Amino acid sequence: MNDTPNRWKRYADWDERPLRLDKFAAEDAANGFSAFSSPADPKSAIAIAGGRVASMDGVLEHDFDMIDRFIARHHIDPAMAPKAMAMDSREVARMLVDMHVPRETLTRLAHGMTPAKLADVVSRLNALEIAFAYSKMRARKTPGNQAHVTNAKDDPLQLAADAATAVAFGFDEIETTMRVSRNAWSNAVACAVGGAVGRWGTLFQCSSEEAEELRIGMAGFTSYAETVSVYGTEKSFTDGDDTPWSKAFLAAAYASRGIKMRCTSGAGSELLMGFHESKSLLYLEARCLCLQRGMGVQGTQNGGIDGAPLTATMPGGVRELMAENLIAVWLDLECASGNDARSTESEIRLGAKIWPFLVAGSDLICSGMGSILAYDNSFNPSLINGEELEDYLVLQRDFEADGGLTPLPESRALDLRSRAVEALSAVYEELGLARPTADMKASVIVASGSDETRSFGPRDVSFISEAIKARGVTVIDVIKALATRGFGEEAENLLNVVKLRLSGDYLQTSAMVRGGRVISAVNDPNDYLGPGSGYRMSEPRRLEVNAIRDVLDQKEVLRSEALHEKDEARRIRYRSLGPAGPGNDVKEIVIGISPAFGLKLFQTTGGHRLSEVLAAMTGAIAARGLRPRIVRFRHTADTSFLGLSAARLSGSGVGIGLQAKGTAVIHQRDRLPHNNLELFSNAPITRIEHYRGLGANAAAYGLGEMPDPVVVPTRGEAMGSRYHARVALIYAIETGITEEGAAPEEIEVAFMGAKS
Amino acid sequence: MSGLTRADYPLAETRPGEVKGKRGLTLADITLAAVLAGEIEMEDLRITPEALMAQAEIARSAGRPTLALNFERAAELVDVPQDVVMQVYELLRPGRAKSKEQLVDAARLMRDTYKANRIASFIEEAAATYDERGLFIFRF
Repeated sequence: MNDTPNRWKRYADWDERPLRLDKFAAEDAANGFSAFSSPADPKSAIAIAGGRVASMDGVLEHDFDMIDRFIARHHIDPAMAPKAMAMDSREVARMLVDMHVPRETLTRLAHGMTPAKLADVVSRLNALEIAFAYSKMRARKTPGNQAHVTNAKDDPLQLAADAATAVAFGFDEIETTMRVSRNAWSNAVACAVGGAVGRWGTLFQCSSEEAEELRIGMAGFTSYAETVSVYGTEKSFTDGDDTPWSKAFLAAAYASRGIKMRCTSGAGSELLMGFHESKSLLYLEARCLCLQRGMGVQGTQNGGIDGAPLTATMPGGVRELMAENLIAVWLDLECASGNDARSTESEIRLGAKIWPFLVAGSDLICSGMGSILAYDNSFNPSLINGEELEDYLVLQRDFEADGGLTPLPESRALDLRSRAVEALSAVYEELGLARPTADMKASVIVASGSDETRSFGPRDVSFISEAIKARGVTVIDVIKALATRGFGEEAENLLNVVKLRLSGDYLQTSAMVRGGRVISAVNDPNDYLGPGSGYRMSEPRRLEVNAIRDVLDQKEVLRSEALHEKDEARRIRYRSLGPAGPGNDVKEIVIGISPAFGLKLFQTTGGHRLSEVLAAMTGAIAARGLRPRIVRFRHTADTSFLGLSAARLSGSGVGIGLQAKGTAVIHQRDRLPHNNLELFSNAPITRIEHYRGLGANAAAYGLGEMPDPVVVPTRGEAMGSRYHARVALIYAIETGITEEGAAPEEIEVAFMGAKS
Repeated sequence: MSGLTRADYPLAETRPGEVKGKRGLTLADITLAAVLAGEIEMEDLRITPEALMAQAEIARSAGRPTLALNFERAAELVDVPQDVVMQVYELLRPGRAKSKEQLVDAARLMRDTYKANRIASFIEEAAATYDERGLFIFRF
């Protein structure tokens, strides 16, 4: 028996990576597993007769299913269709990425295109071209974002606090849903109140059963809806318990109540529902999107959505998600572009998924980023959740791309959470719904997630929710309660959101509220026509995006060094003895220290006191019976040249170069500058024992021995990302005081013996 | 408000005096003080058919004819009571209506009682389609 498997162990390493939790599916068009094309997809074609669509994508009017019929009647513009359908798909694909072709030319053409034609055109674009075309074709110029605000207990206090923080991060829309469906009214009130803290204008949705959702909207708590799902095959549509006509009726019903609405569709839903007709994901989604334009909804939530994880298992699946988003905006629909359901366990796949949308911009980049922790996300975890939200803030800064969010200082977050919890508690008390205790409130304010709260549970919430519904509480009651209890600003904010309904301005395509104004594709149209046009971050906005926390600058480095200066003064004294010349003593090892060593800089990037580094090195040299001699160089701060210069002054011909930041080298008199004997280039992980070893080895070389080099073991840490900003700032202090031709100084070092 | 184009958008900024709730209160009338004085009802926070027709004109001028049609259908539903809206929606769902006649009746109700002609035609179109596609089947 041989228990060592005959296997390259790299595969075993790979087995342990989160990526291997993802499952991948083979391409299999017959069974619905095909992203871009399937033998069952129709060839694009249209025939118009007497101003009507007589056949579409190979199907005669007589044989149209419900979806064909709805598209033919309500989407296709018979006047545009002959021209648009006659165009070469490759040519249209090129127009999509041609910055000289205005967006409107293309959206007009789309009015005459069938689902098969739209799919045929976008499938000719590679991923980069799709992202670029998306950036050019999206409807509103200014990008935005949407958050999920939910928790595992349906706890209203936490909903209020998390809604307030989501609003402060800059989300333009927040969406909630429940673990227990009867808790919808409680969720609605909690998020409406929390979302009114700090500023006004964030639109709010409570995703629930269709009729209930509309009732909650009628009571004034919510301002938009997006759960109106459509599907690309007739059977999945009816299995979803609707038809294009019932959904279009619902769309009109929402508008009639002054509530913004978009539909939802996405690749993979038909496959999940079992009625895919062996068609490709993209073709089915193109049908969904034509249907939505025909229904007259202003927008769509698309890009896989619940089907995104399934779509991502297929070859080209992620590219397909991008392609369907492109069809959506080409059809002139507002696009809440997915990046929603977590489609992978791999953080690399996750980052790659979000990136094109971050740089291209989107009406709502995520149709639900989890502003809460993944386990609190009642929709299922999002692509990006509370855990990773800060990574996203940094991505915005890296690419100078406006992802719709703004960093939030810690103290401000705490203030807002506290305010939201108090505001909701006041409303509850005023309306006789509940009396949250001080302990409940305190636990929620600081909690990152519901595991840490001692607050309402789902059963408590049901009583509250049913009371809100039964008593017919409306937003007016909540506004009054807020104002009565001293939350006048929140009352005003909430009233402003409800007043949006009067004009209906926010019912237009891609509407959101920024700075108290409705902006949409009507008054903020995407006017991209090449570099210098379209959306660009303003300088104030750029500075806002850049203001992530814990940013290092030179002042910060000097402040930190000043702290260490006092400490080092108790431990070591450096005394200059004048110019240093070449030594004759074959038993000496020169340690060449850098210009700012112990004068302006006092610790290595590994956090070791320079006094301890020097003590370890000199001690090790002395232990071999050699004499350490310290020389400060002022003509260079470069490690190699410090080392070489030290070696040239050294009677033994061996010298050590030591920078204040802790980088060290052993050099020999006759060697080329960068051909040293030993080098510690990773100062942050270099420990005192390594410096001691370096001293011992320098002595050994001085004695003509050939010691084992001291190796500082690296575990692959990203040293550059962790330290280089500090290193560069520190090194600038060194180079700032170098002086061309400055003579080396003999230094006498006295250790004062202070212990930590 | 008529003959509007995208230049008239947003109405809350260009026509603040003409944007009114159901009882005639303007945006400026609906203040927190008025709410606290008990002068504001949910009806005052409802969109009107006029506002929806105005948004339809703006949508059309912005090159979005299907969105405009949706706003026009919506304008007809503003005064239809919520329970009637929900009944019609329910009837349009698959298998709810057991025959074409039920939908045709609903269309007649919308046309005769609520003057909702576009909605009525829309329901009739659904009725004809459901008939052809066999959607009047019993679903358990």
